[in-house]
Amino acid sequence: MLYDIWTVFWRDWVVLKRRMKKFILSRMVAPVLYLVAFGWGLGRSIDVGGGSYLDFLVPGILALNSMNISFNSIIPVHAERMYHKSLEEYIIAPICPGAFVIGKVLASVLRGLISSGIILVLAALFGAHFTVTPLFFAVLVINCIIFAEIGFWAAMVLNTYEEMGQVNTYVLLPMSFLCGTFFSTQALPEALRWLIEMLPLTHTSFLLRSLGSGGEASMSSMLVLTVYAVFCFLLGHRAFLRLRR
Amino acid sequence: MIEIDALVKRFSHRDKDNKVIWKTAVDGLSLSVKEGEIFGLLGPNGAGKTTTIRVLTMQTVPTEGRVLYDGKEIFLHEREMKEFIGVVPQHVNFDQDLTVGENLELHARLHHMGSAERKRRIAELLHYVDLSEVVNDGVRQLSGGMKRRLLIVRALMHSPRILFLDEPTVALDPQVRRRIWDLIRQMARSGVTVFLTTHYIEEAEALCDRVAIMNRGKLVSEGEPLELCQRLGTYAVEWDEDGRREYRFFKRRDASAAFVAGLASEGKIQVRRTNLEDVFIELTGRKEGL
Ligand SMILES: Nc1ncnc2c1ncn2[C@@H]1O[C@H](COP(=O)(O)OP(=O)(O)OP(=O)(O)O)[C@@H](O)[C@H]1O
Ligand SMILES: [Mg+2]
Repeated sequence: MLYDIWTVFWRDWVVLKRRMKKFILSRMVAPVLYLVAFGWGLGRSIDVGGGSYLDFLVPGILALNSMNISFNSIIPVHAERMYHKSLEEYIIAPICPGAFVIGKVLASVLRGLISSGIILVLAALFGAHFTVTPLFFAVLVINCIIFAEIGFWAAMVLNTYEEMGQVNTYVLLPMSFLCGTFFSTQALPEALRWLIEMLPLTHTSFLLRSLGSGGEASMSSMLVLTVYAVFCFLLGHRAFLRLRR
Repeated sequence: MIEIDALVKRFSHRDKDNKVIWKTAVDGLSLSVKEGEIFGLLGPNGAGKTTTIRVLTMQTVPTEGRVLYDGKEIFLHEREMKEFIGVVPQHVNFDQDLTVGENLELHARLHHMGSAERKRRIAELLHYVDLSEVVNDGVRQLSGGMKRRLLIVRALMHSPRILFLDEPTVALDPQVRRRIWDLIRQMARSGVTVFLTTHYIEEAEALCDRVAIMNRGKLVSEGEPLELCQRLGTYAVEWDEDGRREYRFFKRRDASAAFVAGLASEGKIQVRRTNLEDVFIELTGRKEGL
């Protein structure tokens, strides 16, 4: 099982290694824009009650960026299934289906973490203050896992590339803005706030913000994220098995 | 070796009114294939050949029926069975982001081959099909014939005991086709059981020890190529009538001669031995008035 996970991961690692420079460069664009526009530009006139807006913003950007990157990194699996059909190699191979799901998810988590690392370096250069603890890192990893799993699930059940794009538009984009990334959910009307606080990204933002400023982790948020991670794995795993119907 | 027992595969899809529609691709197929033989599954487009292979290679689960290898139900021993089958698909399905060598390496890793064995086998097989030079090229750069050869050696990487080939020589020039036939014969000589599908009759005649003909998901005939021809009639008479080519088959030569004597056709009349193509067309085409 571990060896099979490594095999699936190895394939993505070979591909990523070849494109590492391009990958890193392209991953710098969005964070720099966010930091300039919201951190420097808008941020000077925003009051978040103690601390600078930049310090408030960095955990939010980390959360939304790791979400986007790990989701989008797994999208090529859709082409492997629908267009190149190279997924068949894994289906005829004597490996356990779970190993395939985990291997692909981990490869996307790696990309999510690399781009998070880039943001941390950039944010430090921009003069933001934060602390990275092991728990902070763990939250990032879980966040990447959840959205890689959602991406995997979408790649297994959706049949066209357009539909994959719609997941981005209707699920990820709203979350990017609303889930406590750019502003605190306190500002939202009660009903909307209740809804937003059901979403995983909100909890990631909460946790990263409090851990990053040296605070405590909320156990309930950790629990919510763990439940999401397990649930989304089962969803993706089931969708992968159902390809054989 | 391979035992197929009343296999049924139905696909469901939704029509424009969102009603579920079932389509039967394989309809009660029973077959058995002996160890070390080359078995050919023939049939026109849409007969259900690919679907059959997909079930046999565990890429899709059957709706009904069983498949046994060495007496073991394959879907109950999936991983064990997958270790000893090799699959050459109808379409090219390489990983487009990997090179030729990496595609083979991925396959080897997925089949738990050690690193030394992997390297040895990749070099050996690529040499065998004259692809050593392109080992570091992307798979997109290969010609159609090269891709087909690579598909076959990829399936052979882990030395399978049963090799499935779905139309292995489709759209290839005659030279490449011959080479692939040689390759398949060599595999069979070395003890591999070969199960292939094709709609090229010469291919079945040149390669197969036994063939089965299927049409619309059902088995219509099965046996050695020669035996099938004899069943239809060893002698074939072909003549033109109203601008159409007509055929009749006879068990005995004197019967065919008598028939020819009674024919009032102006065009060319030919008496020859029945071939597999006659059997194929007779069993899958003409009865349905195509
Ligand atoms: N995934 C699927 N969903 C729905 N119908 C399918 C599916 N796969 C095959 N079919 C249908 O099943 C029937 C048999 O198809 P199959 O591909 O097995 O035929 P084939 O004998 O391989 O034909 P060809 O010679 O064209 O390759 C066809 O009518 C096809 O439309
Ligand atoms: Mg086919």
